[in-house]
Amino acid sequence: MNTLETINAGIEKRYKREKRFRLYGQISIATGILFLFFLLGTTVLNGISAFQQTYIALEIVLDTDQFDTDEDGDIRPESLATANYNGIIRESLKARFPDVKKRKDKKALYSILSSGAVYDFRDTVVKNPQMIGTTQTIWLLADDEVDMYVKGKISADIPEKNRRIKDNTIAWVEQLRADKDVEKRFNSIFFSAGDSREPEQSGIRGAIMGSFYTIVVAMLLSFPIGVAAAIYLEEFAPRNRLTGLIEVNINNLAAVPSIIFGLLGLAIFINYFGLPRSIPLVGGMVLALMTLPTIIISSRAALAAVPPSIREAALGVGASQIQTVLHHTMPLALPGMLTGTIIGLARALGETAPLLVIGMVAFIVDIPGSPLEPSTALPVQVYLWADSPERAFVERTSAAIMVLLMFLVAINGLIVILRNKLERRW
Amino acid sequence: MNTATSYDKQIIENDDPMENPDFKTVGTTTVSDPAMTCRGVNVFYADKQAIFDVSIDVGKNEVLSMIGPSGCGKSTLLRCLNRMNDTIDICKVEGEIKLEGENIYEQNLDVVLLRARVGMVFQKPNPFPKSVYDNVAYGVNLHGLATDKAHLDELVEKSLTNAGLWNEVKDRLHQPGTGLSGGQQQRLCIARAIAISPEIILMDEPCSALDPIATAKIEELIDELSKQYSICIVTHSMQQAARVSQRTAYFHLGKLIEVGPTDDIFTNPVHKLTEGYITGRFG
Repeated sequence: MNTLETINAGIEKRYKREKRFRLYGQISIATGILFLFFLLGTTVLNGISAFQQTYIALEIVLDTDQFDTDEDGDIRPESLATANYNGIIRESLKARFPDVKKRKDKKALYSILSSGAVYDFRDTVVKNPQMIGTTQTIWLLADDEVDMYVKGKISADIPEKNRRIKDNTIAWVEQLRADKDVEKRFNSIFFSAGDSREPEQSGIRGAIMGSFYTIVVAMLLSFPIGVAAAIYLEEFAPRNRLTGLIEVNINNLAAVPSIIFGLLGLAIFINYFGLPRSIPLVGGMVLALMTLPTIIISSRAALAAVPPSIREAALGVGASQIQTVLHHTMPLALPGMLTGTIIGLARALGETAPLLVIGMVAFIVDIPGSPLEPSTALPVQVYLWADSPERAFVERTSAAIMVLLMFLVAINGLIVILRNKLERRW
Repeated sequence: MNTATSYDKQIIENDDPMENPDFKTVGTTTVSDPAMTCRGVNVFYADKQAIFDVSIDVGKNEVLSMIGPSGCGKSTLLRCLNRMNDTIDICKVEGEIKLEGENIYEQNLDVVLLRARVGMVFQKPNPFPKSVYDNVAYGVNLHGLATDKAHLDELVEKSLTNAGLWNEVKDRLHQPGTGLSGGQQQRLCIARAIAISPEIILMDEPCSALDPIATAKIEELIDELSKQYSICIVTHSMQQAARVSQRTAYFHLGKLIEVGPTDDIFTNPVHKLTEGYITGRFG
């Protein structure tokens, strides 16, 4: 058999193998895409309804009697805030459903509105005092159980004892619906409020601000330290056992579970240095520690990828070593450094475990105004809501995940833009 | 090229420098008016010795070419002359290299200053990924040689003119230097080197990545530059060495075998190894 025949004999097998390999690749990609769609699909399907919220219209009689008046019959401004708005709303509800007589039923009737509705109502009246003395149709926030029923998340077919929303409430809601007094509106509360025990009053603003401060602190700490460390190790440090040891340890640190960093932060920043718990400053410092190895490794890789000819060129015209780095090597490595940093920070943004350890898991209603105020973070909020029993928190969990994913997509988009903008050819 | 066959000197046959520890370079290593002198230079990469006891002078306004087979140490020696080998951790230099009577391996010598006085052009054109103008202006600004913007413009123009590039790039001074052709890039690198008015220019195979036409231009340029500067060029092309240099040094396995006027080396080599290399028997 000559050479050509030998080759020919095996060639079919070779092509087959190639085809098979391509098929394996395609199957893996398809599987990946399938899972991604499943994940995104369920999240979106579950969460999309959280961006709407049920409101109930009530005809409210704002009698002047309800407010303190002075000698001239004018309403005292201070009484605007202290009037019995709860009573006014209850009266309106009773007037709307005059058949409800029993004490127990009345209580059930009052609870079709959110406990927060009264404050919204009060704020509306304080802002518009000219309403007093008239009858107004006001849209009030519905209770989360009603909201769930209106959105179709709870079916009336389930036996009454197995659901929290009872038959009489369903009847009232249906009656309101028939009169077009129930409406789903855009859920602005979700984006403007902090956490709450009441699902309909809870929002992710607090968590977003907490995450924002945490990431800003993490970035301000980890980027300069990481880049400086990378430049020193790559451009200045002698290659000896000590630097070898440091290098190995940096690589190991990148693989340390994040909760260990949380415990480290708890032991050092909180126990030893006495910083307060639950604050984004500590969270940011812990995440900075966690991100540092990633930044150092990717920055070193970016520096190493700069052609040595550029360094030689700079040194050759008499630039000192630090000038060579600052004028030439670092600008050329910057896209790579930024990519590494943003990848590290994107990971930090989704990090939960270390934040749990340092107390950023607390139930915090107020929206933090600085990195020194207690707060939670987006992934922790997801964790908190996923843990809550109320049905309405299920959709909010998914909605929070969607917001988190949106931030991550935005950050990744930023990487691509930055890289394309800064990348230079040589 | 004239490769004469009738030698008026006796070829040294039986002096293998690798066998003989007392090997002495053939020819005259010194010149009357040196810009740079090397005496007894040994270079080690970790334990491996790359250069053995080399002594040679670089004359003022002279082009000295260093030739020899790959790995003979000619580039290593060249890079010792402006201490570019400092960037290699394991590289150790022994002996004495003097620039204007000053040992450049002195402890307190300023490397930045040395490299401003001894410029370098590399094998592969390596302009900065900046504009043509900035490439030339970089060294000038670095050392604060320009008094103002007008002076800087003048220096840039002068350097580019001396590098024979001005007419080709004057309309695109602010476009990236990396967008020029290979030969233009190399001349840009030469312009960058001469912009800071060095005393000596080291060239490490400056034409090895260029086509013959670009090479011819660079060679013309070297000729022109030698009126002002001392030039030390490493080359793999013997024709190039013959064309551009006044003196030629032949290296073999880390030893300087023979030095002499270029014409003598190429027409009447004394050492057997030199003869073998220039006649193309090996290398």
